[in-house]
Amino acid sequence: MSIEYTSAEMMSVTAARALENGMTCFVGIGLPSEAANLARLTHAPDVVLIYESGTLQTKPDVLPLSIGDGELCESALTTVAVPEMFRYWLQGGKVDVGFLGTAQIDRFANLNTTLIGDYQAPKVRLPGGGGAPEIATNAGEVFITLKHSKRAFVKDVDFVTTLGFGRDGKGRDGVPNIGKGPTRVITDLCVMKPDPETKELTVVSLHPGVSREDVIEATGWEIRFTGDLESTPEPSELELKILRELKDRTERQHAGD
Amino acid sequence: MAEFLSLHDAVAQYVEDGATVAMEGFTHLIPFAAGHEVIRQKKRDLILIRMTPDLIYDQLIGAGCARKVIFSWGGNPGVGSLHRLRDAVENGWPHRIEILEHSHAAMACAFEAGAAGLPLAVLRGYVGSELPNVNDQIKFIDCPFTGERLAAVPAVRPDVSIVHAQKADRKGNVLVEGIVGVQKEAVLAAKKSIVTVEEIVEDLTAESGYHPNTCIIPGWAIDAIAVAEKGALPSYAHGYYPRHNRFYKEWDAIARDRDTFTKWLDENVFNAAGVSS
Repeated sequence: MSIEYTSAEMMSVTAARALENGMTCFVGIGLPSEAANLARLTHAPDVVLIYESGTLQTKPDVLPLSIGDGELCESALTTVAVPEMFRYWLQGGKVDVGFLGTAQIDRFANLNTTLIGDYQAPKVRLPGGGGAPEIATNAGEVFITLKHSKRAFVKDVDFVTTLGFGRDGKGRDGVPNIGKGPTRVITDLCVMKPDPETKELTVVSLHPGVSREDVIEATGWEIRFTGDLESTPEPSELELKILRELKDRTERQHAGD
Repeated sequence: MAEFLSLHDAVAQYVEDGATVAMEGFTHLIPFAAGHEVIRQKKRDLILIRMTPDLIYDQLIGAGCARKVIFSWGGNPGVGSLHRLRDAVENGWPHRIEILEHSHAAMACAFEAGAAGLPLAVLRGYVGSELPNVNDQIKFIDCPFTGERLAAVPAVRPDVSIVHAQKADRKGNVLVEGIVGVQKEAVLAAKKSIVTVEEIVEDLTAESGYHPNTCIIPGWAIDAIAVAEKGALPSYAHGYYPRHNRFYKEWDAIARDRDTFTKWLDENVFNAAGVSS
């Protein structure tokens, strides 16, 4: 017998499992926030979640719609000014992992949240960098989660808003005081890690029911698979229950305001 | 010393056409009432500074108030695009605007440098990002002590900063609590400042809840205070009212279409007396 779950749930649970108990995590809004809070409500009760609005060690009961919802402040240990958040806590080296989403990602895990097309005449103007450029370089390491599609996974991003490993994979080489960068990318199809040598994203684990062809089809470059390709463990009933309750609570609250 | 003015008079007195204006509040305490007053007074050619333009600058841009926008994250949080910002950048409606974009860390540091009276902010930032290619206000310097290459951006020094806060007392001292963002920095960095508040109390230091570390901006550091009840809606005021998340979602459809937006603006800003959400 197997448990019923969606690919989106598979992604959230896998992303949540990447966080270890006791880690300090700088959380991006959206999917990263969902995964980080699921981790906190399951295997990592002592994970420290911080959001760029200045909320330190926050434990929201419902997922925030924005990065600065009142819920984040009310359930935080303390709230600091935004300059302090970026200068002391992030730049000061107090963050183990930055958890980010993105619109576009390329084979060297560079992120584009600025625009599609040319900068002076954009086809689509995206929101911009926000906290990501410095989270990605000042956090100890970076986890990235987003839905897998050819539009999102491109060979070269239109614009490097946020450094992965640079356009040649060598963007962090020789740079002092810089984090490890992206160490894993979690999608609704698979988990990828950068190749230790070339830094090119490589599939290390396929989610149950997903084939190599599915991933190849949804990736904009010739994606490689590691020799010891694994199958991602399925979500547990408890993880699914907690995730669904969290999402229900969130939906009810956002609809009611 | 802070002068108590009506919102109309504060904006009329301190926001001039062509001015550089920062209306701050990081998701929380966004000074919407003041933004709407700027729209009603048809201010033009403003250089608008805000880390997150949010709905407030989407409205000002769509209403034709902006010449340039300096920002670091220009989306509708958790919802999607700011369609008026996009329409101005992509299609030049209602006219072309210039944009200058930073990262949050750089803008937060730039506000802090402005408050500190420094010409620039220094940070370990923009490493590997292509933002410096499109923003000539991002430079790199070598640390004179270690040689480390660091990013530098000019301090933010607005002609006028506008923030919203929970309360002021009769002496003009202002209390800000909850997510404090860069509000204090914005006020101290600006040549002139307007603070809108939910209410006026007799003496902040005599309030129940007061403690020595409460974030207070002294009245002598502020130019004008105006009462604007519910002045942060649809954002929120900690301790007063929650964020109107549903409106943030509804804004997507309102702002997507020029006619719908214009109608919304007429009904909710131009034809609203004073405070509106």
